[in-house]
Amino acid sequence: MSIAAPTAKPAREIREITAWDRLKVNKNWLGAWFMLPAAAFLILFLAYPLGLGVWLSFTDARLGRDGVFVGVENYIYLWEDSVFWLSVFNTILYTGVASIIKFAIGLYLALLLNENLPFKAIIRAIVLIPFIVPTVLSAIAFWWLFDPQFSIISWSLKQMGLITQNIDFLGDVWNARWSVIFANIWRGVPFVAITLLAGLQTVSPSLYEAATIDGASTWQRFRFITYPLLTPIIAVVMTFSVLFTFTDFQLIWVMTRGGPVNATHLMATLSYQRAIMSGYLGEGAAISTAMIPFLLAAIMVSWFGLQRRKWQQGGDND
Amino acid sequence: MASVAIRDVRKAFGTTAVIHGVDISILDGEFVVLVGPSGCGKSTLLRMIAGLENITGGEIAIGDRVVNNVPPKERDIAMVFQNYALYPHMTVSDNMAFSMKLRGAPKEEIDSRVNRAAGILGLENLLERYPRQLSGGQRQRVAMGRAIVRDPQVFLFDEPLSNLDAKLRVQMRTEIKELHQRLKTTTVYVTHDQIEAMTMADKIVVMHDGIVEQIGAPLDLYDKPANVFVAGFIGSPAMNFLKGKVQVNGTGTFIGPQGVKLPLADVPASANGVDAIYGIRPEHFTLADDGAEAEIIVIEPTGSETQVFANLGGEEVVAVFRERHQFKPGEKIRLKPDPKLVHLFDASTGKRLNS
Repeated sequence: MSIAAPTAKPAREIREITAWDRLKVNKNWLGAWFMLPAAAFLILFLAYPLGLGVWLSFTDARLGRDGVFVGVENYIYLWEDSVFWLSVFNTILYTGVASIIKFAIGLYLALLLNENLPFKAIIRAIVLIPFIVPTVLSAIAFWWLFDPQFSIISWSLKQMGLITQNIDFLGDVWNARWSVIFANIWRGVPFVAITLLAGLQTVSPSLYEAATIDGASTWQRFRFITYPLLTPIIAVVMTFSVLFTFTDFQLIWVMTRGGPVNATHLMATLSYQRAIMSGYLGEGAAISTAMIPFLLAAIMVSWFGLQRRKWQQGGDND
Repeated sequence: MASVAIRDVRKAFGTTAVIHGVDISILDGEFVVLVGPSGCGKSTLLRMIAGLENITGGEIAIGDRVVNNVPPKERDIAMVFQNYALYPHMTVSDNMAFSMKLRGAPKEEIDSRVNRAAGILGLENLLERYPRQLSGGQRQRVAMGRAIVRDPQVFLFDEPLSNLDAKLRVQMRTEIKELHQRLKTTTVYVTHDQIEAMTMADKIVVMHDGIVEQIGAPLDLYDKPANVFVAGFIGSPAMNFLKGKVQVNGTGTFIGPQGVKLPLADVPASANGVDAIYGIRPEHFTLADDGAEAEIIVIEPTGSETQVFANLGGEEVVAVFRERHQFKPGEKIRLKPDPKLVHLFDASTGKRLNS
């Protein structure tokens, strides 16, 4: 058998490759197009309002009147405004206390729900309820719970003979603060609990078995296995929790409107009151803008917390 | 090091009994392999020895101590898991040192033990790596290192090689066996792979549906399987089985399917007329003019040997030849079983009939 000589194909016309040809097969170019809709949304609904807010904080704009650039005048005014500083204090107290307690209760619930409990599915569903109920609705419910006259809490305590007079939950400065913090915790725990539970379920049971054989007690298994493996999720959850709590508005506005005597005013509610209720857009915008450094700081903490974990990087995923 | 005694051990999950009374005695320093198909209860039994599962009935003793109610950490055992169960957030050396750190051992002792284990397993250069940065075989070694560091009475292995590729599995098999020869620690090893069991064990325990089918040295199980299950489970390719009747006249003959006559040797006279199963390993066929006629279906050469699938009396049988034959599918050959190597089982009970 002889080897057939390769038949010569007719030479194809070779066109010069233009920049457009190259662009058509360029993955980055294609990727940019795919990102365009998302980018448009983000610019329109996030970047533009944020930029506008920051711009307004440097103007003396009021409702119905375009402002003119006044530099940092609004900030100088706020610097000397004791109500503003009170709201900063309230916000930090509110965020700090509520976040820590939400984390503690959420982690506890997650650990509990990760065990083999009877009626586990139902309990998990119940835990989610506070998260599902619209915030305004639960705020109204709390408002009633904390009502000076009709509070069921006061009524119950009176029936039990523990107190003789109704507790003024929302009328007293510190009572009001603890009351709104309590409501926020009630609302925020499910998010923390369910997310941490999802994290717990990614931990392989054989790690606990290995640790058991290695001689770890229940506490040591939590301390050396569960906790370190859960830190990435804790960091994400707590960042979100802090951001949500710091910018909280609905609960406070429905329950106290910032009162009594500004004792529960958060930066968000104060900003709304100044900008929308009183019409001082520039000043309100400045209060909102003043929240940004705090929020950035919270993000940075979790970002650097996540960066540290070398064991998560490299290698395959099993 | 210690012996392990398993006495009439039972296990039930709720109302479902999975182990129905198992007795195994494991000598000090012995390498025992629990083998069986999945669902036979071998892993559950191992986990009961480890203390990860409660014992429903019977008792397990490590050394002289009954451990039924002893928590895992006080049983002085170490376990290697199928998925290695390495702590992902700890370096190799921290993984190995974890148990000793929990015990509060002095740092020098921890270091020397970890270094010794790393030396034995060739992990010296990997001590600062995280599990994610290791290959499958290296992770397997770290898991073993974690066991060695503890210097336990008993090593427990739960299918440690099933996540490795075929070549590495063979290599690690040898490594584990070599390790056992060096450390001489009592070892209980669970696998579903009969080749692993045959190559590694001092003693094999064949389990099936929660009972022990047979216990014995690898070659004893190969030469004298106690029943049809063990006969079919041990050996590759698996033993051929043909159903028929025993006829004792002189040395005895087996009347197989379609009246095929197959030779027997040393059959007790009482077996005359019994419905039986005739078992013959593929490697115990020879070509002979007085053999039974069979038609070749498929020929599979593996290089070192050739597997021939043939139709014998309507049943498919496989024969293995080390020498090379120029067979063709459809060709008729005459297969003669070596009567001395024939296994005869009772058709109803599955128990072995010949000695």
